[in-house]
Amino acid sequence: MKVITIPATLEERSFEDVVHALAGAEGGRVLFDARALRWVDPYGMLGLLAAAEVAGRGGDRPVLQLPQAAEVLSYLGRMRFFDHAEELFEMHGSPRRGRGGEAASDVLLEITPIREYHDVHAAVDRVNARAIEILTHQLHYPTKEAWQFGSMLSEVCQNILEHSQATGWVATQTYSRIPQLDRRVVKIGVVDLGIGFKGSLAGAHAARFGDRWGDAAALEAAFIHGLTRFHDPGRGQGLKQIRKQVGRWGGKVSIRSGTARIADVPDWDDTAPLEEKLPFFPGAQIGIVLPARSDA
Amino acid sequence: MTDVSRDVVPLRFELSSFVNRSVASLYSHLVTRPTGQAVRLGIESQIGEIGALCVSILDFGQVAVLDYSCADETVAKLILRYQSDDRPADAYFVARGLAEHHLEAIEAVLERHDLALVAELETGPALLGKVDAEEHEVWRAVERLGRATRDDVAGYLGVETREVSRPLNSLVRRRVVLYREATGLHYALTPLVPDQ
Repeated sequence: MKVITIPATLEERSFEDVVHALAGAEGGRVLFDARALRWVDPYGMLGLLAAAEVAGRGGDRPVLQLPQAAEVLSYLGRMRFFDHAEELFEMHGSPRRGRGGEAASDVLLEITPIREYHDVHAAVDRVNARAIEILTHQLHYPTKEAWQFGSMLSEVCQNILEHSQATGWVATQTYSRIPQLDRRVVKIGVVDLGIGFKGSLAGAHAARFGDRWGDAAALEAAFIHGLTRFHDPGRGQGLKQIRKQVGRWGGKVSIRSGTARIADVPDWDDTAPLEEKLPFFPGAQIGIVLPARSDA
Repeated sequence: MTDVSRDVVPLRFELSSFVNRSVASLYSHLVTRPTGQAVRLGIESQIGEIGALCVSILDFGQVAVLDYSCADETVAKLILRYQSDDRPADAYFVARGLAEHHLEAIEAVLERHDLALVAELETGPALLGKVDAEEHEVWRAVERLGRATRDDVAGYLGVETREVSRPLNSLVRRRVVLYREATGLHYALTPLVPDQ
């Protein structure tokens, strides 16, 4: 059995360690050892679920050794991680079920599957009022701008349904600070295991890119130039709107797909704007960080 | 009252309740493309039943969240449909109840498709979308006059008639000003719809 050690901090950057280890697993059963896990964000949680699904594709159900830290277990419970993990993992250890939802004040949106458009409505319905409250009172955004959160969440979830041809998950959470920034932030994670941006755009755009065509070119085409596989000129603007909004708030948005990652990087983060030749991971993984206003 | 108002059927679409009818759910959020498509098809169906010249109010007053995709399907594609030469009916649109947080999505889709839309904002009538300065000026003149010939507009602005021709023609083509060839009159849309 291949053992993959989950880092103590599991978020966008450290998830790469998991992907790298998974890429080297070469079949067989995988054990995800999360005993040392101390901190995890929505991207990390959803990434772990996605990694389990990938690891299980060979037919062997992966094993999850649960974190030892009680507060991590409690948090995972509140985010409803175990509800989804039990479908994908054989779990070793004792998960503590959280109640989730409104009872958990730090959870903005627990892990929510996006399988159809109804789920997008439900997610927006569930999170909108609380998101506006958090964005105005904790991040100090103007009310009229805070209203855009629901729109942004809707667009990023629709990206799963319209472009991945698969289902996915979304989750969002507030933090008092993150390692890169000593300010309150809202983090959004959106993960799917679909055909990825290269797969989505290949039919309509691969030919004119010639030898350049690949995951990075596809991400640039979609993220920077708003290209989609649809001929409708109104399509492909959702990501543009998200980038515009996140940029206005001094936040970060990044998309990993296949072997590449592209990002709008604010000055408080040192991620490269484009990374290539990463270990392959299917689908698309989107991370958004919205920081509190620094002048508030 | 304007003389054309006798011929105009005002239609009011309260979009939030329309979503409820269209997608059989209880959402006050206009989000996702399928929702936008359902709302648009519902509006088109009702306009088709009227079968006459109509000015339709798109009322966003009860809409909480409006995303880009839904605005594109509802607003942009509706205007595109009735702006085209093969439009199914003689319909015009006025947006009402727009809050600041709706404007971002509306303006983005109008800009994307090079469209314009008349709106009744808290500050008064406004012309949204991709409109140049001359078109704005001429549109404001027509709004102020209510109904006007080309000469009336030029006289109001203190310019030669030929100077208002291009912007007026553009406003008529984009269906933010109603034109009746028989009388040579141009009509502002907002006086043709009932007060809130």
